[in-house]
Amino acid sequence: MLKYVTKRLAYTLIVLVLVSLTVFIIFNFLPIDPARLTCGKSCFPALIEANRHRLGLDVPWWEQWIRFMHGLVAGRNYAEGSAALHCGAPSFGYSFNQHSCVTTIIGQAFPVTFGLAIGSFFLWIVLGVTLGVVAARFKGRLADRLATAFVLIGTSLPTFISGILILLFVALKFNLLNPIEMGMWHSPFTDPFGYFKEFIFPCITLALAYAASYTRFTRSNVIETSSEDFIRTAKAKGLSNKVILRKHTLRAALSPIITIAGLDFAGLLGGAIITEGIFNLPGLGRLSLKAVLIDYDLPVILATTLLAAAFVVVANLLVDIAYAYIDPRVRVG
Amino acid sequence: MVLRTPRQISWMRFKRNKAAVISGLVALFFILSAFLAPLITKLVGVNPTTTYTKALTQYGMPDGPWGGISLAHPLGVEPGAGRDLLALLLYGSRISFTVALITSVASIGLGMLIGITAGYFRGRVDAVIGRFSDFILAFPSTFMIVALSLPLVQRVEALHVAKDNGARIVVLIIFFVVFGWPGFARLVRSQALSMRERDFVMAAQALGASNWRIITKEILPNLWPTAIVFLSLSLPGFLSAEATFSFLGVGVQAPSATWGLVLSDAVTYWQTDPAYLIIPSAMLVIIVLALNLMGDGVRDALDPKADSR
Repeated sequence: MLKYVTKRLAYTLIVLVLVSLTVFIIFNFLPIDPARLTCGKSCFPALIEANRHRLGLDVPWWEQWIRFMHGLVAGRNYAEGSAALHCGAPSFGYSFNQHSCVTTIIGQAFPVTFGLAIGSFFLWIVLGVTLGVVAARFKGRLADRLATAFVLIGTSLPTFISGILILLFVALKFNLLNPIEMGMWHSPFTDPFGYFKEFIFPCITLALAYAASYTRFTRSNVIETSSEDFIRTAKAKGLSNKVILRKHTLRAALSPIITIAGLDFAGLLGGAIITEGIFNLPGLGRLSLKAVLIDYDLPVILATTLLAAAFVVVANLLVDIAYAYIDPRVRVG
Repeated sequence: MVLRTPRQISWMRFKRNKAAVISGLVALFFILSAFLAPLITKLVGVNPTTTYTKALTQYGMPDGPWGGISLAHPLGVEPGAGRDLLALLLYGSRISFTVALITSVASIGLGMLIGITAGYFRGRVDAVIGRFSDFILAFPSTFMIVALSLPLVQRVEALHVAKDNGARIVVLIIFFVVFGWPGFARLVRSQALSMRERDFVMAAQALGASNWRIITKEILPNLWPTAIVFLSLSLPGFLSAEATFSFLGVGVQAPSATWGLVLSDAVTYWQTDPAYLIIPSAMLVIIVLALNLMGDGVRDALDPKADSR
């Protein structure tokens, strides 16, 4: 087990390094000069060059990458003398446009994204698994047909459409959300009601699409497991349907769902661009969307992209380790 | 006893699935009307670039209920500029369908090539390809598209390959294909792996057939059903992805009008002209739903063992 974990850990580290290198190379060869973007209209070449040096953009890309990686571990200093700046570890760089360390900006956005991810995660797991199990138990009956209809609609409705429909024709139409307050941060500790109001609609939007595919997946898994020999054995020894479902079927049918759920959740931790954009939630997704569309704030874009990739890669590692723990065959093969 | 080819059997199974046939017809209707957009708009007597200010009130809103639906403008007119919504959506859907079709076919082609290579040659080749597709899937695709489309469009324009929306479409297609092929390649790989152990492949090998011949004549023909199923299931996905990115402002831009663009404009009029929002979203949802249902039907017909929903 330890050998397997070390091997996977090393592999993950290599992937992370490669991903960050690739992202650096891609951004380096873009026809965009980040130093030029640091000053507005009243700009002159000397200022651009000064900023280029202050931000460490005057060295080749591989050296920039080494500095970035070093900054992640040990923090980073920008410029010298009176204009000196320090971004503590882990430093994701410095956003000249927002006059702030990128880590600080991300630190403000992450709790929003996390709240959205965890809220919708619970919603879609409960909804998807329940509907899937019910559909499987009443296969071919009305409940199953309704669940199938839900699956079809849920998977066919693009998130941005369900988002705007929920926002406009439910939240705003019935004055459940105040358009002026949207995008403001409500702390779950001091203003739990405001927090709930802000998050419930985006959570539902996000959960709808996921719940549909989880319903489909749960249903087919439960049906498939129900025809296994060990279920027949359980039936033969006289267990009630309820006990069989709870103790035997669900246990076997739900373990692959946990894997997928872990990966989906990690994918959301990087930020839900569409949902956050529509509901104006100040999370990582909206942060990067704004950074792209408004002023092409390269350090922020770079950081959010890398962070989103890191979440997925690390989640893959965790899921693999969890799987190896559950199923010993994985370790050997 | 009537003998039937597998193709006839599949076609019979598809025909028996009423929902699939109906949704197939709906999808066909949408695709045909996108293809025939110039003819249809000419027949109705509208044009996607003309601004019909006569159909607007003095405040720039459509004259009449339901977004100004009338005989002259079957789906109403756009508030503000006053272009005909039917013509806009017809011409917009041409872009969306083109993007979806090219991306689906290209990612299937690439995935097929890479997947067969991995599955047929196994060993080191397979390991390298597997690691590479894992690596591609580690990138957050939505983030990459949002972050990179703007500068890449500039790059494509600088290369004089295409301009404006042409360049944006090229970039979108490239991104979709880059992130789209690994899924299909995995599917093909596992099939090629099992197929190369089958007797007919071994027979071909025993007869001294080259690898190229075995791949193209023995394995490839058996992969068509998988490709067709994947095509019909990935089309709606790419269609709504295109709409999503143009809605976010990183896809096709005005003066063209795809579903995503019309919808992002319609959001600002939701209180004064809800029909302008509801008609395009309903159309997009119907076409995606129809394509999904048809795809499910195609899968059930070609691969009856596959779990039906």
